[in-house]
Amino acid sequence: MSDPIILNLGESPAVSKTNLAKVCVASGLRHAYISSKRKSDESVVWALDGVDLTTRQGEVFALLGPNGSGKTTLFRLLCTLLPIQYGTIRIAGFDSGTNPLAVRRQIGIVFQSPSLDNKLTVDENIACQGALYGITGSELQRRRDDLLSKLNLTDRRHDFCGTLSGGLKRRVELVKGMLHQPKLLLLDEPSTGLDPGARLDLWKAIRTMSQQGTSVLMTTHLLEEADKADRVAIMHRGKKISEGTPLELRSELGDGVITIDTSDVDASMRLLREELKLDPKQVGNQIRLQHDSPFPLLQKITDLLGDLIQSITIGRPSLEDVFIAKTGDVFQ
Amino acid sequence: MSNVVTSPLESDAHNASSARAGFSAAWMLARREWTRFFRQRNRVTAAILQPLLFWLLFGTGLQGAFSSAGGQNFMEFFLPGTVALIILFTAIFATISVIEDRREGFMQSVLVSPVGRWPVLFGKVIGGAAIAWVQAIAFLLLIYIFRAASIDWSFLPLILLLAIVGIGMCSLGMIVAWPMESTQGFHAIMMLFLMPMWLLSGSFFPIPAWSDSTVGQMILGGIMRVNPLSFSMVEIRRLIYPAVDFSKDAGFNPSSATCWVVTIIATIAVTALAWLLVRGSRRVDVIV
Repeated sequence: MSDPIILNLGESPAVSKTNLAKVCVASGLRHAYISSKRKSDESVVWALDGVDLTTRQGEVFALLGPNGSGKTTLFRLLCTLLPIQYGTIRIAGFDSGTNPLAVRRQIGIVFQSPSLDNKLTVDENIACQGALYGITGSELQRRRDDLLSKLNLTDRRHDFCGTLSGGLKRRVELVKGMLHQPKLLLLDEPSTGLDPGARLDLWKAIRTMSQQGTSVLMTTHLLEEADKADRVAIMHRGKKISEGTPLELRSELGDGVITIDTSDVDASMRLLREELKLDPKQVGNQIRLQHDSPFPLLQKITDLLGDLIQSITIGRPSLEDVFIAKTGDVFQ
Repeated sequence: MSNVVTSPLESDAHNASSARAGFSAAWMLARREWTRFFRQRNRVTAAILQPLLFWLLFGTGLQGAFSSAGGQNFMEFFLPGTVALIILFTAIFATISVIEDRREGFMQSVLVSPVGRWPVLFGKVIGGAAIAWVQAIAFLLLIYIFRAASIDWSFLPLILLLAIVGIGMCSLGMIVAWPMESTQGFHAIMMLFLMPMWLLSGSFFPIPAWSDSTVGQMILGGIMRVNPLSFSMVEIRRLIYPAVDFSKDAGFNPSSATCWVVTIIATIAVTALAWLLVRGSRRVDVIV
């Protein structure tokens, strides 16, 4: 049945990055938001339930998951805002559990909510950040000039941060996060609240950072954003359910996904199972099918379901399909 | 986890550089307070004009119905209280910004930086106290220019005492502001606790003597005598009016040495408490 469709997926060049140095190695992370007294209780809900993660130099790594999947908890553990309950995190060789202050020197963080002082100018905000990391004087000037010009912010440097647009603010946050030249750059939902143009600019900036050898780790609930990353880990209910390049993840599902809108989901599902021995999945009011050769199958399905079909489409598997295939849940 | 013991592998040089980074961070945070203060003109005017207005209104209004130790009228009596009020207000507004910093997100980037927590406290307290101190001095200079009091050698110990009181007030403000999630909560505590603390310090009315007191006055007088700010007020009053003898008819008249010692101990105590609070609570980290 292998009749591969040649796909031009527009990926970033498929350079193998597995031989690059590991920057962040997390293993066996578990976390629950409860008081210490109730830890022994068996009814504990784990916000994070046994997650392993490795990011490498120069790689953009996306943690993809819907709200409540545990990615924010993982992010907070990585930026040392939460104490580690179970498991270990090593960043650039330092252990987060025993030496969080040393780890903080190795990470740059861009939070989802802004962290700029609106009453200060761009330059002053960056100087504040510099002081927190012991970067002052001519060294501060040099790095600030360099980063501002890389992110096209030089002409806005004397503006008050309160007057900047959302996209510009996010770029200033990136300058703040990169000022101490961290090995690992952590971004929490970096595209939230940005218009498409600003998102493109932000991605250019992120790529600039990763090309310099920074390991970039971002959380996101946007499928199209995760698609741009070098590697994606899909999170669901505190667990990592899949990991790989976006292309790898999608090719696991075969070459095509058939989506059927139908007037009677149950009857259609039954027919597909019994007559065609397929494994359809119900997603909302739709039926989805993964198949290696969807085109020949299309004819069979339309013959079988006839008037039950309102519409039928064929597409390449998206990360959303990967999520649905692995969890059976809708990505939302 | 800011209070984690550093591993023995770290060299002294590293510790020295992180201490230097801590001081530079604290200095930057203090300077930031200063910059922010002067960029908010309404804050500058409010902090000076409000106490000035209080002083003029209450001073003139209550002038006739008042007699105190040293034979002063109410305007003269209330002047040291006004200086304390300026310091209190400025310290409150400086430390309330901790809540805004956290809500607006600025604090999160400070909390994940490698310098730890003490620069946060140091920056806020020193920055806020410096603003309060300069405002109090500006007010005093205004008073001297308009001859409501005369300048003397006692100006030097006076400004030293005001600096100590300023630091104490800012630390107190941090104790209130740090665990708060909203500025409304701070206002509630301010009206319930900080304003009464100021009112019951002998700034607005004299502390009644034990003799000839009714039971109510004795309770009030007792509360006022355990208020450390009362001791600071006595000394501030003496230093503003070095020529006036307050020992006659005064209900509460501790020695200068006692006043200084109590002020210094109280400042150290509230600052230490603020440090414990700022260092200890992890809960506030995750309010993002």
